Amino acid sequence: MKKRFSLLTLAAMMAAGISLVGCSGSGSTDKNVIKIGVFQPLTGANGAGGAAEYEGTKLANKLFPEVLGKKIQLVVVDNKSDKVEAANAATVLAQKEKVNAVIGSWGSSLSMSGGPIFAEAKIPAVAVSATNPNVTKGNEFYFRVCFLDPFQGTVGAAYAFNTLKAKKVAIIREVSNDYSVGLAKFFVDEFVKLSGNKNAIVATADYNTGDQDFSAQLTNLKQFEPDVIFAPGNYTESALIIKQARALGIKAQFIGGDTWDESSFLTVGGSAVEGAVFSTFFANDKPINKTSEAFLKAYREEFKKEPAAGSALGYDAYLVILDAIKRANSAEPQKIRDALAKTKGFEGSAGEITINAERNADKAAVFKTVKDGKFVFLTTVKP
Amino acid sequence: MNTLLTQNDTQRRDRMLTLGAAVIGLGLLFAFDSMFDRFTMQIFKLCAINVILALSLNLINGFTGLFSLGHAGFMAVGAYTCAILSMSPEQKEANFVLQPIMPVLLNVQMPFLPSLLIGGLLAGFIGWVLGVVTLRLRDDYLAIATLGFSEIIRVVLTNAQTITNGSLGLKGLPRFTTMWWAWGSAIVITLFLVLLIKSTYGRAFKSIRDNEIAAEAMGIDVLNMKVLSFTISSALAGIAGGLLAHYLTTIDPKQFIFLKTFDILLIVVLGGIGSITGSIVSAIVVTVLMEALRFLDGPLNLGFMVTNGIPGLRMVFFSALLMIVVIFRQQGLMGTAEFSWNSLARIGLLPKRGQKSGKGVE
Amino acid sequence: MDFQTFLQQFVNALSLGSLYALIAIGYTMVYGILRLINFAHGDVFMVGGYLAFFGISSFLIPWWLAFALAIVLTTAFGVGLERVAYRPLRDSPRISIMISAIGASFLIENLAIVLFDARPKAFPVAEFFAKNYVIGGVYVAGISLLIPIVTAVLLAVLLWIVNRTKTGMAMRAVSTDIDAARLMAIDVNRIVSITFAIGSALAAIGGIMWALKYPRLEPLMGIMPGLKCFIAAVVGGIGSIAGAVLGGLLLGMVELMTVAFLPELTGYKDAFAFILLIVVLLVKPTGLLGKNQGEKV
Repeated sequence: MKKRFSLLTLAAMMAAGISLVGCSGSGSTDKNVIKIGVFQPLTGANGAGGAAEYEGTKLANKLFPEVLGKKIQLVVVDNKSDKVEAANAATVLAQKEKVNAVIGSWGSSLSMSGGPIFAEAKIPAVAVSATNPNVTKGNEFYFRVCFLDPFQGTVGAAYAFNTLKAKKVAIIREVSNDYSVGLAKFFVDEFVKLSGNKNAIVATADYNTGDQDFSAQLTNLKQFEPDVIFAPGNYTESALIIKQARALGIKAQFIGGDTWDESSFLTVGGSAVEGAVFSTFFANDKPINKTSEAFLKAYREEFKKEPAAGSALGYDAYLVILDAIKRANSAEPQKIRDALAKTKGFEGSAGEITINAERNADKAAVFKTVKDGKFVFLTTVKP
Repeated sequence: MNTLLTQNDTQRRDRMLTLGAAVIGLGLLFAFDSMFDRFTMQIFKLCAINVILALSLNLINGFTGLFSLGHAGFMAVGAYTCAILSMSPEQKEANFVLQPIMPVLLNVQMPFLPSLLIGGLLAGFIGWVLGVVTLRLRDDYLAIATLGFSEIIRVVLTNAQTITNGSLGLKGLPRFTTMWWAWGSAIVITLFLVLLIKSTYGRAFKSIRDNEIAAEAMGIDVLNMKVLSFTISSALAGIAGGLLAHYLTTIDPKQFIFLKTFDILLIVVLGGIGSITGSIVSAIVVTVLMEALRFLDGPLNLGFMVTNGIPGLRMVFFSALLMIVVIFRQQGLMGTAEFSWNSLARIGLLPKRGQKSGKGVE
Repeated sequence: MDFQTFLQQFVNALSLGSLYALIAIGYTMVYGILRLINFAHGDVFMVGGYLAFFGISSFLIPWWLAFALAIVLTTAFGVGLERVAYRPLRDSPRISIMISAIGASFLIENLAIVLFDARPKAFPVAEFFAKNYVIGGVYVAGISLLIPIVTAVLLAVLLWIVNRTKTGMAMRAVSTDIDAARLMAIDVNRIVSITFAIGSALAAIGGIMWALKYPRLEPLMGIMPGLKCFIAAVVGGIGSIAGAVLGGLLLGMVELMTVAFLPELTGYKDAFAFILLIVVLLVKPTGLLGKNQGEKV
């Protein structure tokens, strides 16, 4: 009896499986709809970042729902902060949904997972805040609307050297995070070059994503009495690091990168993160042009909170694609790609976007600090 | 006399049926290859990789009764070895932007098959070393020791910048894993495992699973057999890792976190611990369902109301399914039963002949 | 390294180790009775942290009341977990129970992602716990002074329960031989429930202490502490309460002192605990304070 049961279940499951595969082959191809894929991690480790960018894109879609007389439909796939899932999700967008263009993804490694799939399908993709050089390198169909890590590392080092007059710098990096490791390296190279002192980097410590206790690493750094500690990494880990550093009596200035630009950095860090400085894409307390004014107003109305930099860039990514479709006067992926490559001086909410020959945006970096529990604009650094 | 004849009949019938099924299977693979779009093909290939992973985990957990949770680590070893061996020097130079790759590794480049096999062998070798060290431990300690080992592998991969490129991972691997590679490997490995399970070794594995002390009393070299099973299982996981690397064309240490092992365990448990058929069917069904149930994470239209997207609901479904199966149907889909033509005959899908002597389900 | 720095590292390690110890006690209690690695223990710990968070942030009740409620609710949760996921399988093969434990852990994590949101939350730390002290040039966070005291008190209470009360005697009996205990008219189910209640309450206290020390909550926060505290329990000798405390302190020392003395290895920090585990299992499988138990035939 049991065997019969299991064989019947087996047959039923197989039938179910096959029919599901069958169903999954159908994607609607309405001529009057332009599909833009949103390729973002909505769950998993990068869920917060993906969600912030998606909010910006969603808002842009609400404000500008049409182009060339056609409706724009957002097709959202969750890549779950996982590379295998990201490859599958990208294939869904490229092959099943047959989108005209793609926005995303938060997290450079996830973007790289989708990259070859979009390139093979000849669909242009616009990364929002993926700062790793490898995202667009060698991929004719990947663009981005943010600056790159080499630039960010350079301006961070320049800020530490010129503005903070730092002599001794210590590094604490998230060794399991490609973003953090890369940024640390670009920072170190530039700082050594500026100071002309090979020993200007007095110590380097590593930690892993998800670590909670950094006291041993920080006590090690403390011995070297650094003026500045450069700590690129996830915002929650970084906030805990600064908190624990202060508890250990470390008074050095902390500098970080764009990942800190997230409200949880403030809530987790509390009073300890006061005075921390970081480079990012966008300052919501200082609109730089009309688009950014419009964005800020609409965002605050829609979501009743302050936007993260990712939201502004997610908004810009949508507008840049829209602009390319207008200029190409076509929604054909190849033509959108060619128009995207020619984007010049486009006014985005997070600054002017010019796409260069490497398909990257030449953009200025914004420095912010934490004052009275809020992010405050410090200065802008042009490339 | 009469029984003997029917037995011959049955054997002949089974042989014909197997041959027929093989031809149909091959034909189907050809048909799928030309018929399916890219997306379906992608999932179809993933099915094959998951079949190998599930089978290799089942060999150690199901057939030998050792609870190992180190699979993600062995996959990582296979994936990295295969990727580094098969990439061209130019690709390697493009990848290693922070620190250059070790000069010894830079100029090594091999075709896919030897890379894949060396990846499997290395994973097997590491499995052998780990097996010799840890297989003396009691079952639950073994679980945590193997899990720990797979985490150690991941930490090493993250930190060995000049060999693995650390957390930056490797990208731009050649897309070698075609449908034929994926399913070809899956079929070869399945046949190998079927033969292995039916051999003396396989019987020794099962006797260790069923009663270790009795097995030892019967003169089975328990520790060596455990190590053998563990080594084979690790090697197969390494091969699956290599296939996965060249399926994704990009790998990094994070994707081999130990939770990956739990995904494979889910497949094995649903299919039935100790059933090859079960693992195969379950690997395919779970892989397809993982994609098909993607809608659960998005907005749901229940007819009377539309919910907002609830990201993560899909995984709740799978974990709940795992719990339900473990509590209410511990043997999973197939238990330790296997597919055989006789079992089809028994439920009336084939003419009943020779059932008295047929071995049928073991 | 100067003496000052060494002392600082020692205090850091003591502070982390006593937190490990606190959670390891809960692990060892459950394992001692059921011979079951409760993979979900780390997730119960996570639930404890979140319940306290919701009490303070959403229901705006005072922190001490929120902590008390969180401990009570988490205890109920742990007892319920045992009833649903482990009791039906008590007579099944070990491998099934272990899979059930993994499945339960998997389910709780995924439910937490759906219910609590995957984004990290900041745990509101009351002023009372947020003070820092400098003692002889060594910096000590207030919470780091509190945790060893809590651990010591709980250790004393548990040793008293196990060794001096009737329930404790029944626990020891069940731990030694579950069938014989049944024959002696011990209500095994009740004892197991009580054990799970104690274990879960400890997990909740551990979760709250953890959140006070590292004020960040996320659904997967229990996995690593859970594994490490299991390792601490094994190192100390599983089933031995004093051993768990010893193992926790030792693990804290090993993790931080390796970083202190070999700074170039900091990237490998997560691997130390597992290497320690494998070494201990090979050299002394019963752990430091564990009793030698023959293989059950």
